[in-house]
This record gives sequence, C-alpha cells and structure tokens, in this order.
Amino acid sequence: MGRPVQYNTNMKLSPIPEGYSGEGFMATSFDKVVGLARKNSLWPLPFATSCCGIEFMATMGSNYDLARFGSERMGFTPRQCDVLLVAGTIAKKMAPVLRQVYLQMAEPRWVIAIGACASSGGIFDSYPVLQGIDQVIPVDVYVAGCPPRPEAILDGILKLQDLVHNESLRRRNSPQYKELMESYAIQ
Amino acid sequence: MALTNEILKQKLSDKFGEQLTEWDEQYGLLTVRMPAEANLKVMQHLYDAEAFQFLTDLTAIHYPERTGEELCVVYHLHNLVENIRLRLKVYVPVEKPDVYTATKVFSGANWMERETYDNLGINFVGHPNLTRILNVDEMDYFPLRKEYQMEDPTRTDKDDEMFGRGGSI
Repeated sequence: MGRPVQYNTNMKLSPIPEGYSGEGFMATSFDKVVGLARKNSLWPLPFATSCCGIEFMATMGSNYDLARFGSERMGFTPRQCDVLLVAGTIAKKMAPVLRQVYLQMAEPRWVIAIGACASSGGIFDSYPVLQGIDQVIPVDVYVAGCPPRPEAILDGILKLQDLVHNESLRRRNSPQYKELMESYAIQ
Repeated sequence: MALTNEILKQKLSDKFGEQLTEWDEQYGLLTVRMPAEANLKVMQHLYDAEAFQFLTDLTAIHYPERTGEELCVVYHLHNLVENIRLRLKVYVPVEKPDVYTATKVFSGANWMERETYDNLGINFVGHPNLTRILNVDEMDYFPLRKEYQMEDPTRTDKDDEMFGRGGSI
C-alpha cells in the first residue's frame, strides 16, 4: 500500500539496464551502470560570454529547468565539472583562457558549443574572433541557433546524455581518443 | 558671452594663424586640421585657455588614396564649461606614422592611443606603454589598415559566395 499522499507522481525513472537478475541480486555490465550514473548527474560549467549565455540562464531557470535532467548543479570551478558549456563569441584573446579551463577539467570531460559563434564564429567572420571553439578544444555537441532557444540547448544536453550513456569505459584510453587529443596538443 | 564655433574659430586663428587649416563645420561640430608636430601645442592651449579638458574620443582613419598623408588621427575634445565640442585632425604618412602622444595633456588618451596603435599602427611618440591592447599579442599586422581583409584569414568553413562576398555574383 502506498503512502496516503503522493508527491511528484509525474516523473520518469531511468529504466534498469539490461542484465541478469534473480532474487536479491542483479548482474549487469559496469559500463551500463556507470553510463547511467554519469548521464543523469552531469555537472555543467557555464562559460558564457554573450547572448547565448542569457539563453542558457533561461535554460537553467525554473521555466525550462535543466535540473529535470540531473544538471541542476552548476559548478563554477572546472575541477569539479563534467561538461563545459561554451555559450557565446570567443575572441582570439580569450582562446587560451578557454583552453586553460578545459585543461583544468578532469577526465571524463565533455564540451557543448552553444550557438553559432561558439560553433563557427557565427556572423563575426572577423580578424579578432575565433572561428569556432573546435580550433582550440574538441567539441562533442554543437547547438545551432543565434542564439538558440532554451529548448535547443536542452536538446543539446539530451544529445550529450546519449553520448555519455553509450560511451565505453575504455574510450578515453583508445588510440583514436589519444590521437584526437594530440591533434589539439593536449597530453 | 557664450563660446560659439565662430568665436572659437576666431580665437584659434588669431593664436595659431596659418598652422590651422581645412576649417569645417559639419552638423555643428567645428573641425580643423593641425600639423602633426603642433598637435600638443594646440591641445595644451585648448586645455589651459579654452577649458577643453575632456578628450571624448581618439581614433584614426586610413585613407589609402591620400598619398603622403594616408593616416588621419582624430581627436574629439569637449569643453564641459561651455558645452561645446571640437574635432582636431592630424595627417601622417603611412611610412612614418609618428604623432606626439596626448597622454601628457589627457591621461585618458593612454588606452585610446594603445587601441589606435593596435588597429592602425600609429606610433605615438612618448607614450608610456605603447603595446597592443585589444588584439592578441602575437598579431603581426595592423588589421584596420585597408590593405588587410576584415575576415579571419584562417577560416576554412565559410564560403565567400554564401556570405555574399566575392564569388560569381
């Protein structure tokens, strides 16, 4: 019998990963459990420099509520965070700062480029502006828009959750990943 | 009696005579050209005698077609007592863009001169710290000079035709 008063009835639980279960135990692969845990408690680090940052603030706020997806805890130190959200124009002078922030994050780390400027320089096809943050750090998800609506940012987060969920535990040791890091001269 | 453009022009002409040329008055803003070597003398006089004690703006323009005086440095002064503005221009050749720094008269000129140096390469003689301020330190050219393209030269994914420049249109 349930409790007399039920709160939060309209919620969705993550499905139990595939596995073998019997009475009092359940066996599944470590990959799946870790992926599930990581995916639903991503700590974002907002790196907001312009109008996309305002849209991201709306995404964090109560209307769009990023917390629904397990990301309510913004971290404002790169050392604690899992996902770097770059929202806004990055000037070339800012590029080393962004790179330093990325380097300070611990593996596993992911990056979302929010908006046209972070993805490609956007309308700022101009000498002082970095033409996309993927020139200095690897990017996992690009969110289109100028600026993107909060729904689009949420969609980007959900895409990233898919990536996190399905990422193999060995991915960060793979030669492909090392090659990617080396192409950005990151050890 | 309130200071007007006519009175100011008369006073400056009396003081500096032939040194001030190309008088102009567009949209009520008195404009005059002064020789590069006299810019400090004129501004110091305006500061002391006419109460032009506020440097609103300092910038420069590149006119590639004006041979021998390609770069124009523009000073906007404001007299806060009489609420009257004045625009001063100095032309220098692009081969030797030397202008005396205004920082001795207006401390606020410091960063504006650094910005002007950064973008157009005006050499402000006597500036306390004439280094780049907005662009990356490694930049090896002056991006607002007309011979350089405005677009980022390293871009790879932007098609000129799609951006409405060049191409076949």
